[in-house]
Amino acid sequence: MNMADFTFYLFAVSVVTGGLLTVTAKNPVHSVLWLILAFLSAAGLFVLVGAEFVAMLLIIVYVGAVAVLFLFVVMMLDIDFASLKAEMAKYMPLAGLIGVVLLMQLALAFGAWEFSDGIDARLGNPIPPLTEAHNTEALGLILYDRYFLLFQLSGLILLVAMIGAIVLTLRHRQDVKRQDVIAQMMRDPAKALELKDVKPGQGL
Amino acid sequence: MDGFFSTTLGLMAIMAAQSLLVIGFVMVSLLFLVYGDRKIWAAVMMRRGPNVVGVFGLLQTVADALKYVVKEVVIPAGADRPVFLMAPMTSFVLAILAWAVIPFNDTWVLADINVAILYVFAMSSLEVYGVIMGGWASNSKYPFLGSLRSAAQMISYEVSIGLIIIGVIISTGSLNFGDIVAAQDTGWGLFGWYWLPHLPMVFLFFISALAETNRPPFDLPEAESELVAGYQVEYSSTPFLLFMAGEYIAIFLMCALITLLFFGGWLSPIPFIPDSPLWMVAKMAFFFFLFAMVKAIVPRYRYDQLMRLGWKVFLPFSLAWVVLVAFFAKFELFGGAYARWAIGG
Repeated sequence: MNMADFTFYLFAVSVVTGGLLTVTAKNPVHSVLWLILAFLSAAGLFVLVGAEFVAMLLIIVYVGAVAVLFLFVVMMLDIDFASLKAEMAKYMPLAGLIGVVLLMQLALAFGAWEFSDGIDARLGNPIPPLTEAHNTEALGLILYDRYFLLFQLSGLILLVAMIGAIVLTLRHRQDVKRQDVIAQMMRDPAKALELKDVKPGQGL
Repeated sequence: MDGFFSTTLGLMAIMAAQSLLVIGFVMVSLLFLVYGDRKIWAAVMMRRGPNVVGVFGLLQTVADALKYVVKEVVIPAGADRPVFLMAPMTSFVLAILAWAVIPFNDTWVLADINVAILYVFAMSSLEVYGVIMGGWASNSKYPFLGSLRSAAQMISYEVSIGLIIIGVIISTGSLNFGDIVAAQDTGWGLFGWYWLPHLPMVFLFFISALAETNRPPFDLPEAESELVAGYQVEYSSTPFLLFMAGEYIAIFLMCALITLLFFGGWLSPIPFIPDSPLWMVAKMAFFFFLFAMVKAIVPRYRYDQLMRLGWKVFLPFSLAWVVLVAFFAKFELFGGAYARWAIGG
């Protein structure tokens, strides 16, 4: 077993362990931490296949932002762990069914799947050629040149979803005091302050 | 002997030695950075600062570190032990990891990878976990509040740091630090570096770096006047030392990043003086001096002001700058100052 194989199995075992413990961990915060382990190991696998840009994006976006959000939410929840365990037993058959279906699909991909004609030739000639651009550049060319419209459209869909979420939760409260930074900075001390010369023993 | 160093084991030995060299450099500079920080701070306040241990108090940090190590580790009864101990390790290890791709010269770099700048960005975005985990695992109010603040703060300022870096990447056309520094080598000395075309971003990056590393004036996660010491309250002994060291290493990393991105890394500021790693170290020390001065001079921000600055000022401004730089680079305006790949810089 050479070094690359060894690293692959290391990361693979770590992804699977992380995934399993995400589901079975008693404490939801531990679940999220195991999930992070799974993400990091998956990033390691991406590096092994030479997709270092995707690996870094996985770490920055999923681990650096999405998982932080998870952790943030989970940490602040007041959860009754005992009832959660009881719920888990209730949904176990359904979860098991979904798991079996996914496993079957994977088995299908390995066994009965057939590739279209000439796939080897197409896989052998990536666009743009590997000799011209390394993978960051290649991804950029594909996303922003070749599939520019589709990429922008998917971005637009996300924007609509974001605006929708904001509109649904936005409410203007009239009864809170708001700060107007510009007005605060523009205040004139001469108008706001008054200096009084207080004589000793007299008061104002 | 030559045979040994081409075997797998030999290559691993060389890599380990190189890594130790970088870690050694970082740790030794750490000792003097903490000392320098305290001395500068003291000088601004017209105090003497550490001056007892060693000549001019130079060994004060060593003494402090030893003191932390030999103290008892106190773990609160309600704490989540594994996570509690993992938090400082995470924050220290991640801070060290990022140094793997920082070059000190054309060839002096541990891992010369294509996506070096993304790697550093990824590592610094992971650093938030040390703080969150520490705050949560302590099972105590102040640490928890501190970690919540820190999570929001670090993510907010990461966004603008990312956008600022994109501006530099557009100008260079590469994510590799070596290429970024090479693109600043125009024969104009210090006027060829990126600080001139990207001047507003230098200030934004510096301020974002302060917020990202929880340095004053943005040290709200550990604001001692309201949260005692934030996420560090329950930590003692070596775990505390690791948090502290991780924080300073992250600050030093930010100094290295500013140097590489905007101030030409190891390039010499005057054209006929040779380039040298010493320039890099000198520039990093200078930016650390600025970090220390900011800590001494500027009062702490309020939390809502911090969030407003991050999302309503820095984010729109850096986003607009990315669009502007892309425009300048596309049409090669200003003699190609924003498109070094086009003019063969």
